[in-house]
Amino acid sequence: MESIGVLMACPMNTYLEQELEKRFNLFKFWDFPDKALFLDAHRNSIRAVVGNATAGADAELIESLPRLEIVTSFSVGLDKIDLAKCREKGIRVTNTPDVLTEDVADLAIGLILAVLRRLCECDRYVRSGKWRRGDYRLTTKLEAYTHTSFLHSDIVLSGRKVEIPSIELLSGLNYHVRFTGKSVGIIGLGRIGMGIAKRAEAFSCPISYYTRTEKSDVNYKYYPSVIELASNCQILVVACPLTEETRHIINREVIDALGPKGVLINIGRGPHVDERELVSALVEGRLGGAGLDVFEREPEVPEELFGLENVVLTPHIGSGTVETRMAMADLVLGNLEAHFLNKPLLTPVV
Amino acid sequence: MSTQEQHLPVVLIHRLPAFNLSFTSRLHTHFTLLDPLLHSPESTESFLTRHATSIRALLSVGPTPVTSETLSLLPALEIVVCSSAGIDHVDIHECRQRGVLVTSAGNAFSEDVADYAVALLIDVLRRVSAGNRFVRAGLWPEHGESPLGSKLGGKRVGIVGLGSIGSEVAKRLMAFGCSIAYTSTKKKLAVSYTFYENVNDLAANSNILIVCCALTDQTRHMINKDVMTALGKEGVIVNVGRGALIDEKELVQLLLRGEIGGAGLDVYENEPHVPKELLTLDNVVLSPHLAVLTPESFAALQDVIVGNLLAFFSKKPLLSQVQLD
Repeated sequence: MESIGVLMACPMNTYLEQELEKRFNLFKFWDFPDKALFLDAHRNSIRAVVGNATAGADAELIESLPRLEIVTSFSVGLDKIDLAKCREKGIRVTNTPDVLTEDVADLAIGLILAVLRRLCECDRYVRSGKWRRGDYRLTTKLEAYTHTSFLHSDIVLSGRKVEIPSIELLSGLNYHVRFTGKSVGIIGLGRIGMGIAKRAEAFSCPISYYTRTEKSDVNYKYYPSVIELASNCQILVVACPLTEETRHIINREVIDALGPKGVLINIGRGPHVDERELVSALVEGRLGGAGLDVFEREPEVPEELFGLENVVLTPHIGSGTVETRMAMADLVLGNLEAHFLNKPLLTPVV
Repeated sequence: MSTQEQHLPVVLIHRLPAFNLSFTSRLHTHFTLLDPLLHSPESTESFLTRHATSIRALLSVGPTPVTSETLSLLPALEIVVCSSAGIDHVDIHECRQRGVLVTSAGNAFSEDVADYAVALLIDVLRRVSAGNRFVRAGLWPEHGESPLGSKLGGKRVGIVGLGSIGSEVAKRLMAFGCSIAYTSTKKKLAVSYTFYENVNDLAANSNILIVCCALTDQTRHMINKDVMTALGKEGVIVNVGRGALIDEKELVQLLLRGEIGGAGLDVYENEPHVPKELLTLDNVVLSPHLAVLTPESFAALQDVIVGNLLAFFSKKPLLSQVQLD
C-alpha cells in the first residue's frame, strides 16, 4: 500500500500522521502553500483524503481529485465533507463514531458543572492570591446583595467567614448554583445526546429533548421545537450533527427562551449557534451562562467573552484525550486498510 | 413576649458569638427563640438555669460545642438539633446517657459536595480550567491544539469514606463508566462496590482517589506519601473532605516531580494558604473551600433544621436523626 497516495487535509494527530506515513504515500496538505500547483502535480496519485472537524473534502477538492475513492474523517461530524458529491461519484466516506461518545458526553457534563459552580473562576481566584490576601468575595457583583452569614462549620473553621446571598435575593447566575436536579434539555438524541442524558440522570436531572422526530424507545420528555425545549429547561445542550437545517439552531429567540437563568452548552459545532447573538445575550445578561467547546470561526473566539465569569471556553477538546484520539486514529487506519484490501469498511457513512 | 409567641414551642439558640443565625425570621414563625447572647450581661449559665425547665430543644449553630456541662444545665432537654453534617462538637456519650436525641444536617450538603467532586475530577482529567486559560490568553490561534487530556470512562475510582457524600459520588461516577471501590471504617453490606480494608490497598487498585471522609485523629494525613505512590504517576486525587486528610507537603513534591498525575483540591491544610508551587501547575485545579456553597444547600439546611424541630414538637419521625450507638 506504500504507493497509494493519501492526502491529510490539516494537522490533527501526530500518531495518526506517523502511522499513515508508514503505510501510505502521505501528502500533508499544509506543507504545500500553493494548493493548485500541488493538486496539478499529484491529482492522479491521491486515492484517499483524511479530514477532521477543521478540514475535510469539499466539492472543489473532490472534483480536483479524479482518482479519489475514500474520505475518512478523524471526527464523528461530517460537516466538512460534501456527502452528496461523494454519493454522486461513488466515493466512500467513514467517520469515527462511538469511540469518542463518552469523552464528549463527559465534557458536556464537565462544562455544565464548571459553569454552574464557577469552577474556572474559583481556580483563577485561588491562583491570583486573592483568597490568601483575605479578599473573600469571588465576584464584585455579590456586593450588591444582602449578605447572610453562613452556618456551615467547615467554612468558619477554616479561619474566615464566608458570606453568601440568600436564595430569595439571588437572581440570574451570579453565584454558584446546584447542578443536581436541574432540568436538562438536549438537542439531538444520538449517541452523544444519549450519553449526556444517562450521565445527567445520575445527577437526578429531569431530561427533555428535541429531535426532528420523537423517539419511541426513550422515556424523556419530547418537545417538537427547540423554542419549546429552551422554554422548559434550565440547561440546554447542543449535541446534534451540523447540517443546513441545524445551522444557527440556537438563535436569538432560543436564547431568549432559555433566559437569564439558563445555561447553554455547545459540544457540537460552532455554527450551531448564532455567535453574535450569543455574545450580545451574555454581555447584556439576557442569558445566565455558557459552556462552549466549539466556535463559529475556530480558533478565533469572540474576545467579548474573555472577561465574563459565567462563561467557560475550551479549545474544541470534546474528543481530546490520549486514549480516544488513539482509538480514532486506529479507526481511520482500519477503514483505509479495509478499503484498499477490498474488505468491509469498519464505520462506513457513504 | 406576645400572647401568641408564648404558645409556640421554645428552642434554645446555642451559638458562639461569631455565629449569627441567618434565618431567625423563619424560625420565629414556628418557635419562641431563646438566645442567651442577646441577654448579656446576664451570663449564659444564669440564663439557662432560669429557663431550664422550659427548654426541651437546643439548636447548635455551626461548631458550637454541646458539652456535658451544657447538658447538665438543661434537665428538660430532649433534642439537640445540629446545623452541620459532622457532629464531633457534641458530647454524644452524654446525650446517650440522658436519652437526648441528636440530629445533623443530614444530606443537605451531600449532593453539592458530590457534584463538586465530579466537577473537580472532570476538570483535572479533561483540563477544562487549563483549556479555559489557554483560550482566554489568546493562545489557541498561535499554538493550535492544547495538550490532550485523559479519559474518565473506564477509570477505577477509589472513594475514601463511603458516607452520604461518598455514596453520591459513586452513584454519579457509575454513569460515567467508572468502576467503584472504597475504604471505610467498616464494610457496607448494602453496596456492591469493592471494599478495601486500608487506603493503601485501595490506592494500589485505583486510578483516582476521591477523599471525602471525616477528619479525625485516625484519618489525619491518611493520604501520605506511600498511598500517593501506590496510586501512581497517572493517578489523580480529588479532596473535598479536609485539607489535613492529605500530607500536603508530600502531595506538592509528588506533583512537582511528576510522580502523581494531578489533583483537584477544594481544601488545604492551612487555609487560606495554598502552597505556591501549585499555583502554576496545569494539572491541578484549585478551589477556595466552597464545595457546599450553593443557595440550594443553604435552603436545604434551613429546611432540615426547621423540619427536625417541627417533627420533634409534633411527635413525628425526625428527618436526620444520628444513631448514637
